[in-house]
Amino acid sequence: MAELTRRGLIAGGVPLVAAAGALVHGSAARGHAAQHGHAGAHGNGGHANFRDHVAVDHVANGFDPHELVRDFDWGTTRRLPTGRVLREWTLNAIDKEIEVMPGVKFAAWTYNGRIPGPTLRAREGERLRITFNNGSAHPHTIHFHGIHPAEMDGVPGIGAGQIEPGGSTVYEFDALPAGLHLYHCHVRPLAEHIAKGLYGAFIVDPEDGREDADELVMVMNGFDTNFDRANEVYAANTVGFAYMDRPITAKLGELVRVYIVNVLEYDLINSFHLHGNLFDYYPTGTSRTPAELTDTVMLCQGQRGIAEWRFAHPGQYMFHAHQSEFTELGWQGIFEVS
Amino acid sequence: MGAVTRSLRVPAWVAGLVPLLLVAAAVAVFAALDAPGIGERVGPPVEELAVERTVLAPGSIELTLRNDGPDAVTVAQVVVNDAFAQFEGAAQPIGRLQTATVRVQQPWVEGEAYEVALVTASGGTVVHEIPAAVETPHADAGFFGLMALLGVYVGVIPVALGMLWLPWLRRIPPAWLRVLMALTIGLLAFLGVDAAFEGFELAAEGSQAFGGAALVLVGAGVAYLLLSGVSAWLSRRAAGASGTRLALLIATGIGLHNLGEGVAIGAAYSAGALALGAFLVVGFALHNTTEGLAIVAPIARQRTTLPRLAALGLLAGGPAVLGAWIGAGAYTPSIAALLFGFGAGAIVQVIITLLPSLRDDDGRVLHPGAVAGMLGGIGLMFATGLLVAA
Repeated sequence: MAELTRRGLIAGGVPLVAAAGALVHGSAARGHAAQHGHAGAHGNGGHANFRDHVAVDHVANGFDPHELVRDFDWGTTRRLPTGRVLREWTLNAIDKEIEVMPGVKFAAWTYNGRIPGPTLRAREGERLRITFNNGSAHPHTIHFHGIHPAEMDGVPGIGAGQIEPGGSTVYEFDALPAGLHLYHCHVRPLAEHIAKGLYGAFIVDPEDGREDADELVMVMNGFDTNFDRANEVYAANTVGFAYMDRPITAKLGELVRVYIVNVLEYDLINSFHLHGNLFDYYPTGTSRTPAELTDTVMLCQGQRGIAEWRFAHPGQYMFHAHQSEFTELGWQGIFEVS
Repeated sequence: MGAVTRSLRVPAWVAGLVPLLLVAAAVAVFAALDAPGIGERVGPPVEELAVERTVLAPGSIELTLRNDGPDAVTVAQVVVNDAFAQFEGAAQPIGRLQTATVRVQQPWVEGEAYEVALVTASGGTVVHEIPAAVETPHADAGFFGLMALLGVYVGVIPVALGMLWLPWLRRIPPAWLRVLMALTIGLLAFLGVDAAFEGFELAAEGSQAFGGAALVLVGAGVAYLLLSGVSAWLSRRAAGASGTRLALLIATGIGLHNLGEGVAIGAAYSAGALALGAFLVVGFALHNTTEGLAIVAPIARQRTTLPRLAALGLLAGGPAVLGAWIGAGAYTPSIAALLFGFGAGAIVQVIITLLPSLRDDDGRVLHPGAVAGMLGGIGLMFATGLLVAA
């Protein structure tokens, strides 16, 4: 038992003992039962747990998680003399304050002013060209997952190396292999450069495509707003509870395909759990054969996978991390099926 | 010097005013030059919030915050045990030294620990620990009655019991009495050190804007000076009755100490820690019995009246009741630190006043008997203190 001094008593720093000290305890025993009841009067039906009547200013942020979830950036294309498709994007590193939870501004580093950066999407075998301009006050790179030459790897000391503020480079490689990848900055300190917002999903579609579906992208991330190397808010696509206040719509019986990417820093793993359904899970999306039929998958940092399912019943279905802590700190949402 | 002043024919009030005006001018010039060398502060705002009071009601945790830092602080969100929580209050930025209250909707469970983190607009967190959640008692008449009862149990009754040693004290030889006076000093020294340390620890917890640890020293200084003044006044009025004067001083010093003790008890009760119950009260009571002995030791050789003894007992023990009310009703760590400092300063003053009464026939103060007595007093307090810490 912890030491009990008068000082300790003031702090209340002692485990409670169910003392039989009726002398002083009599009146304190009244009314404890009521404490076990949960406070039911949540301002928004018990969905989001942020302070009532406050919301993130998506306009000021320059992006809305609801638009972002179905936003796939196919870039611009033209035919090379060989007949191959050249697909091009421009990514700019921009230092920008982002409101990551209502009322809390985070000094972020972004690709194109948004977190996550654009979901780059290409078809297997295409030639990809990404022009990177560093408009940030810090050196950055873009490191793509996938198959490419060493000098296109976007790490310091190899190829163009790290791109200093004001500098530019072009990353060019083939879209290989088909699957769900990601890209992120690879300048040290790595955790900081990633956690501040420099990442995004990178999808290479198989040559013959995938079955038509309602496609969504969820980049699981978090923000360490007080710099203690632990996250204060967790989310898919940056803003915690965003899909609780306004559910993501889905159609009954239609195939839903979610591209799930885990770029969370400061925590070993993240997870995705779906209510009321099980989904086919394709790790990294490189195989067309599902690895399992499940309702929960666990992903390490940098891991990703594709989940596919059809809703069999109308109604509201939650999805969230199955680490309850992450759920309660923002990483939860609802599918509204009709 | 006087000749120079006269030769300038400057009235005294002007001579006093000139330095003041020069200081004002210097400040004005500094401000007019836009505070050279200081300029605008760079970097993120300094966000310091002290939690001055925690009130737990069924389904809610209410925190009273004070902004200790130089910048206004906006409470953006609240996290309880790693989960965002609904809350109300503190909608506006909290200015320097201003207070605000946030009421968090939280279905807390009795006896469990909670960590409430206030997330500020800049993403910083201010963490407040609730080691064991217990409903905060309503401060109604019944509650204050209970606090009074507690104060009487730990303050008034033990002191009165201790004073029952008086008849025995009257029959022992003078040398023994000196040893008992030394014992008293030992007791008081222990209490004084104890009070000061508790004060410092509390001060570290409370709002630093009010001085932090300095509050304890300020409290001690004020108590010391006040008691010295009272003592000087008494010695003039009651010359010759030095025993009574000493007894009165000791009673006052102990009273101020018990005020701090009462604050501790009241605050502990509010925080739920007194669920430890009667055991703790008994511990305090035994601990305080020795205080009664200390009060009657100086008047062992004098005639006194029962009402006078009762008054002394009440003076020493009664403040425990007042302290319990303060602790339960208007507790902040800063006020408690100040009161503990007050108690410590009073005790130091009493010890200094008591020391001459230890003189033996050779005029020595620290004779073997006195040293043994002091060590005995410290030992006795330590031993009975263990009862409280059990």
